[in-house]
Amino acid sequence: MQSTTFRSRTLLAAAAFLATGIGLAPATALAEGVVNIYSYRQPELIKPALDAFTAETGIKTELLFLDKGLEDRILAEGANSPADVIFTVDIARLANAKAKGVTQALDDATINANLPAEYRDPEGHWFGVTKRARVVYASKERVGDEPITYAELADPKWKGKICMRSGQHDYNLALISAAIAHWGEAKTEEWGKRLRANLAMKPSGGDRPQAGAILAGECDIALGNTYYIGVMLNGSDEKEKSWAQAVKVKFPTFENGGTHVNISGAALAKHAPNRDNAVKLIQFLSSPKAQQIQAEQSFEYPATPGIEPSETVRNFGTLNADTLALAEIAAHRKAASEMVDRVGVDEGPTN
Amino acid sequence: MNADALPRPLRRIAGRRTRHPGVLLAAAAICAVVFLPVVTLFLIALSGSGEDWPHLARNVLPGAARNTATVILLVSAGTALLGVATAWATVAYEFPLRRVLSWALALPLAVPPYLAAYAFAEFFLFSGPPQTLLRALFGFASARDYWFPDIRTTGGVALVMILVLYPYVYLTSRIAFLMQGRDIADVARTLGARPARVFFGVLLPVSRPAIVAGVSLVLMETVNVIGASEYLGVPTITTAVFTTWINRSSLEGAAQLAMVMFVLVFALLMAEQWARRRLRFHDRRSTRMRARAARVQLTGPAAIAVPAGLLLPVLLGFGVPLYVFADYASGRLDHLLNAALASALFNTVLTSGLAALLTVALALVLIHATRLSRSGATAALTRLAMLGYALPGTIVGLGLLFALARIDNTVDAAARAWLDVSTGLLLTGSAAAVVIACTIRFLALAESGIRSGLEKLPPSLDEVARSLGRSPAASAATVLLPLLRPAILTAAVLVFVDTAKELSATILLRPFGFNTLATLVYENASRAVVQEGSLAAIFIILTAMVPVILLSQALSRDGSAPPQDRA
Repeated sequence: MQSTTFRSRTLLAAAAFLATGIGLAPATALAEGVVNIYSYRQPELIKPALDAFTAETGIKTELLFLDKGLEDRILAEGANSPADVIFTVDIARLANAKAKGVTQALDDATINANLPAEYRDPEGHWFGVTKRARVVYASKERVGDEPITYAELADPKWKGKICMRSGQHDYNLALISAAIAHWGEAKTEEWGKRLRANLAMKPSGGDRPQAGAILAGECDIALGNTYYIGVMLNGSDEKEKSWAQAVKVKFPTFENGGTHVNISGAALAKHAPNRDNAVKLIQFLSSPKAQQIQAEQSFEYPATPGIEPSETVRNFGTLNADTLALAEIAAHRKAASEMVDRVGVDEGPTN
Repeated sequence: MNADALPRPLRRIAGRRTRHPGVLLAAAAICAVVFLPVVTLFLIALSGSGEDWPHLARNVLPGAARNTATVILLVSAGTALLGVATAWATVAYEFPLRRVLSWALALPLAVPPYLAAYAFAEFFLFSGPPQTLLRALFGFASARDYWFPDIRTTGGVALVMILVLYPYVYLTSRIAFLMQGRDIADVARTLGARPARVFFGVLLPVSRPAIVAGVSLVLMETVNVIGASEYLGVPTITTAVFTTWINRSSLEGAAQLAMVMFVLVFALLMAEQWARRRLRFHDRRSTRMRARAARVQLTGPAAIAVPAGLLLPVLLGFGVPLYVFADYASGRLDHLLNAALASALFNTVLTSGLAALLTVALALVLIHATRLSRSGATAALTRLAMLGYALPGTIVGLGLLFALARIDNTVDAAARAWLDVSTGLLLTGSAAAVVIACTIRFLALAESGIRSGLEKLPPSLDEVARSLGRSPAASAATVLLPLLRPAILTAAVLVFVDTAKELSATILLRPFGFNTLATLVYENASRAVVQEGSLAAIFIILTAMVPVILLSQALSRDGSAPPQDRA
């Protein structure tokens, strides 16, 4: 009977399929010799350091990339969360992980010796492993070599000439938070309004395409992080290389301060099932060897003093990092996010 | 819902008054699972203080609502016009390449909107082919020397959506024109009406339910889209949910916004029901699918202009994304050996296959329950379970994350207490959460596919078996199931593809080290290197082409017989 054959065959296939599905539970995540990473950072960016870690210790790394709601996911998973280490860019995210109670304190002599105190949490809930400066990409053709300040971005001389990614992105929120810490809310909001008026177009895309927009002549200057230029200059993509070659890096400063610097960091998850391995990973990331790898391959600034940035990054010029406490930047995040909405940065230039 | 309003095959056989609490219970259980994410978010929303609202109402919602409304309006108007026009042209006229075009017009459906947005941004921005050509032709050096429309606008988002979503309207209205056209159009034509008059005076009004159905599918997808508008820098209500949640650390505020979205989607659905009220012109019997009106042969310039015009949406909605990703992929063929790509492909097939099986099984249970039960309650529950399709993936993902993790931890605590073993995270720690999310979202696809297959069958078929003493379930299984095989397969394939394309819930719920093709593309796109995900993107498009071609084949069987074959 044809219909019966059809059904039994289908049922068989279905049963086999379901069996495969059940076998899918991540047995590896609980095995020995593993460290589980929940990361806001894209896997490709941290792979070189993680590979070196596995080569040195034999501990395998498992990674979950999530660019939204990482802390909430760990919170929901509770005591059964497989997360050992949390990786993220941006100080506010690290602070948020601590505030949500998904991290635990770690007081480790090796780590504390490797990383300067200003780039780690006083209570040991997070550790900054690399630094990145939020700078100005400027057209080699159309912009001179004179220095620039963050305040000047609001100068009408830049009207229709500035590009940036969404004001709600972590990197811009951190910069605006730093501005609030320096100038106060009222002055920063005024600055934000004028900055919006200077935009060449509605903010979109990431930091890299802003360099592309400069090459295209759509704008003369753009806000961006330092390492993207290094990545594009040394990458294999010809189009991106041409973008990066069209711009030079200028280090803007706050009056009485330096260039805004943010960190990427790691935190020990509260219920880390592989705690020892997790500590080893954070130790490794703070070590001169890993710092060197991050500097050479991801073009970030090492957090450990005494390790040189890569040659490409050294050629940008000298970074005079702002000394504002990171905790203060994190504290102004909500105000910064609301200000971006109020000013309407993401709606593009005011005419 | 009144049981008498159901089409005949769904009505319970008269005369029997035995109750079937089992099926009612099953329908209620399915409904409960579908509503799990919404109820969870509702509870989270209630726990919030509402402190985010003054800010949201003053600074966020006006702009976001305006953008969302503009996109919705443009997309409904655009897809309706494009879908109906293309459907009418391929049904009513004969011209070169008509048969090829009539299935090719469905191809853009294979491109998920977020991929289309990436591709359009690559293609139409400064370094893309059109602008490069313009500069080469006229000797421009920079973007300031000429004007070119910007894709990174509300209009740009709408354009992207229209070009990949119009096939929904094309397909539904094409079927309507083919199936309804015969009799009434023939009458009008024999009375001397020109094709245009037949179209506007008779066919368009009669096909309204089908067109509305197509547009409402489009709108569900439009509200769901986060990736496209985020990538093109257009803030909508969905992006407002994220900024509230992530940048202001207010999950409660985000849940409250999500509830607003849910109400919006619900209103859209109600509007659709209202627009389709009492409009049931179809005679859906499959036995009436043979005869077909003759097409008018186009001659002269029209014979070139019409096919050229029809080719345009195919080229834009399908050709551009395929070109962009194939161009990138051709330089990265070594990635084919990449283990990450292989495992993403395997995971995609696995989750999509499981979701397809599960939705089909649940849809069969619901349909069986509706046929068996006399009560309007079962019918109403079935309708409610279909709401899952209208839920944005973000809402499903966010709500399920909290609900399933709670279930996992409760089970684990119980197992530890009584059995002294830890079960860990059974659902959120495995791909089960992704499968559940996609099942909730796509149950309606399976149900409507199978039901429309059922409606084409004479209602008396399994009644005969039941009158011979078989139980309702046994008679349905032995008599109806084999006959429904094509409908079931089509439904399964549709769910398979939509799961393969799904991004927003998958990215939130996937377990450790688990990538699907869609999340692989997203990981690359989120660090602005779409090109690195190009092979995965091509795989998604190729996977999604399967059902589109299947659907198109079914369509050509209905409508492509040459004119002289007229019965």
